[in-house]
Amino acid sequence: MGGESIPIGRDFGGGLDSTRARPTYLAVLYRWIFTVDHKKLGILYISYGLLFMLVAGVEALMIRIQLFFPHNTFVSLFVYNRLFTMHGTTMVFFVGMPLIFGFANYLVPLMIGARDMAFPRLNAFSFWISAFAGPLLYYSFMAGTGPAGTGSAPDVGWFAYAPLTERAFSPGHTMDYWTVSLLLSGVGSIGTAINILATVFCMRCKGMTLSRIPLLPWLYATVSFLVLVAVSPLTACQMMLMIDRYLGGHFFDTGAGGSAILWAHFFWIFGHPEVYVLVLPAFAAANEIIPVFSRKAIFGYPAMVAASVGIGFISLGVWAHHMFTLGMTSFGNAFFTLSTMLVAIPTGIKTFNWLATMWGGKIRFEVPMLFSIAFLFQFVIAGLTGVMLSVSVWDWQLHNSYFVVAHFHYVLVGAIVFMIFAALYYWYPKMTGRMLDDRLGKWHFWLMVIGFHLTFDVMHFPGLLGMPRQIYTYEPDRGWTWMNQIISVGGFIQAIAVLIFVYNLVHSYFRGKEAGPDPWDAWTLEWLTPSPPPAYNFAIDPEVSSRRPLWDLKHPEDSDSAIE
Amino acid sequence: MATISLQHSNHQDAWTLPRRGTVAMAGLIIAESSIFTIFVVAYLYYLGRDVQGPTPKEVLDVPIFYTVCLLSSSFFIWLAERAIDHGKMAAFRLWWSITILLGITFLYGTATEWHKLIVRDQLTISTNLFGTTYYSLVGLHASHVVIGLIMMLLTLALAFAGAVGPQHAYRVRTLALYWHFVDAVWVVVFTVVYVVGR
Repeated sequence: MGGESIPIGRDFGGGLDSTRARPTYLAVLYRWIFTVDHKKLGILYISYGLLFMLVAGVEALMIRIQLFFPHNTFVSLFVYNRLFTMHGTTMVFFVGMPLIFGFANYLVPLMIGARDMAFPRLNAFSFWISAFAGPLLYYSFMAGTGPAGTGSAPDVGWFAYAPLTERAFSPGHTMDYWTVSLLLSGVGSIGTAINILATVFCMRCKGMTLSRIPLLPWLYATVSFLVLVAVSPLTACQMMLMIDRYLGGHFFDTGAGGSAILWAHFFWIFGHPEVYVLVLPAFAAANEIIPVFSRKAIFGYPAMVAASVGIGFISLGVWAHHMFTLGMTSFGNAFFTLSTMLVAIPTGIKTFNWLATMWGGKIRFEVPMLFSIAFLFQFVIAGLTGVMLSVSVWDWQLHNSYFVVAHFHYVLVGAIVFMIFAALYYWYPKMTGRMLDDRLGKWHFWLMVIGFHLTFDVMHFPGLLGMPRQIYTYEPDRGWTWMNQIISVGGFIQAIAVLIFVYNLVHSYFRGKEAGPDPWDAWTLEWLTPSPPPAYNFAIDPEVSSRRPLWDLKHPEDSDSAIE
Repeated sequence: MATISLQHSNHQDAWTLPRRGTVAMAGLIIAESSIFTIFVVAYLYYLGRDVQGPTPKEVLDVPIFYTVCLLSSSFFIWLAERAIDHGKMAAFRLWWSITILLGITFLYGTATEWHKLIVRDQLTISTNLFGTTYYSLVGLHASHVVIGLIMMLLTLALAFAGAVGPQHAYRVRTLALYWHFVDAVWVVVFTVVYVVGR
């Protein structure tokens, strides 16, 4: 596709080079620990997220083994509580956040034609403080002592409702590890969010106006703003919880007049926008991948930007839909029902724009595109159950049931995890210089799709039949047994898919096909650099005059800049 | 290298972007504002819900003098910003020092207030809901004053060592932005704690 005549990504270092001498292990370690390079930090973030994805995945599998039979005794009630708490906390804070920040770190400077983030040292600080938080949380398994049967690892659910977290109900240090860990991870997230905002607004290359930024940096700017206004309240909550636990404060101490409802409000003021913090990067990846594999420019760029920023703003006013069953006034119920339904409008705009991008395109069914198409279908279904749950009377019936668990896993796995896989298949060649294996990728994709639908389609039904979430076992006469068994089998199929993926990641790093600078014939600036890019990204600062600078370069006779 | 061919000669107009210090400080201020909002909401929500005394009305005095000190420091730091903009380093050091002195006076005011509350009124952070919310909100603000003072003292020391010059005007302005924020937060805290809450 016109790649031969253009000397993309030659010389100036970077790329795969087998002739260079291998550095010693100590030198490599030193290079990775002391690095302030946004690409290395991005890869560190992503590796960290994937590592914890395996850990939290094992916890999910243990939950599914326990629920395979009624009255199963695979784990005890206490261990079960710890498992779902750690699974949720880990997946949100130590899988989701590092992965989205990893891609932000790696891609945002490259896509806007910058040589690094705005504050490289702040970047390293944010990563290492977040990296410290995960092991700190898991250290509670060893150190979180308390009275027999209650100690070791937090067991209060990922939303940690008060007053369960107070000293009287959570003695020992288990909750202390949870709260300090989330505080640290919050500080890291805020630091990175500030960095991304400064990078997007202040580091763009010449000609990269706000209306020419690729959609991925645009969405990350929205995400970063959401992190600033949503993760900060969580950080404030952790300070309050620490004051309660260490200094004898009464914020959430119901015995002294403190309010459990206030914690719920504060937590969900963080918790709901957090969903969009995680899902907007998935949209961002779809915005880059779907056009490239449909061979068409994105449909409705301004509408996509407006819809993304709109989702960001609306998401700040919907938190109490997590609290319909805590009891609110009818005005409150109506307000949060309607505001939640409002989210469907901008997300609908996005869905139709993706479909319109694919419409009439020459679609290439490569692995990143397969994951993106699955994401589209699954995200629509996840959104529909979301609208169902936004109706407060429906929510009163199904709150805290497996229907809710199925709904949010449809978003978190069906949309976010699928797009993280798509993004890894798409950008892995840029990061390592080698392609991920296509055949293994297709196995990964199909097993993942089958496993996902077995697990999470079926999971809606025990919820509708009344199975509550967070129960460690159930009675055999409920009729849920076969459903739970299908759910568990689906979980193990997904685990096999993920293992294939992990094997593919390692195998292709050494044996993969060399990718070259631009394996997908794409249009954004990161594909202008060698794979992997040199430390300084661009030898000469690029200058752009349209949204698809590489398209202009490859097709001077049909350039975007001519019609802009 | 391909990047060369991306340079278009028809793109001559100046390429200006916002400065990263300003954007980053604005981001920090947004994040900090969210944290303060949560503590302010908690303070207001728990007003009058105590199961035991003392209440704000019984023990709080309005710190008018110290408030005037802190708020006027915003004016003096603005004078310092103007001085360094015009390269008048002696004036800068003077206004900067006055700002720091006013900040320290404010902290002294908080310290005496807390001393009185703890020793005379027997109000600590664990006494009741008022104690918990009051000490955390005012303490959160005071900790921001302390951080601001540390950074300003550092700047002052460097200025006296001759290491700060007019070329650092932008950095000084960014730091001043933080100090203006600390002052603005005090307006909110003062209103909530000493006007509405009493």
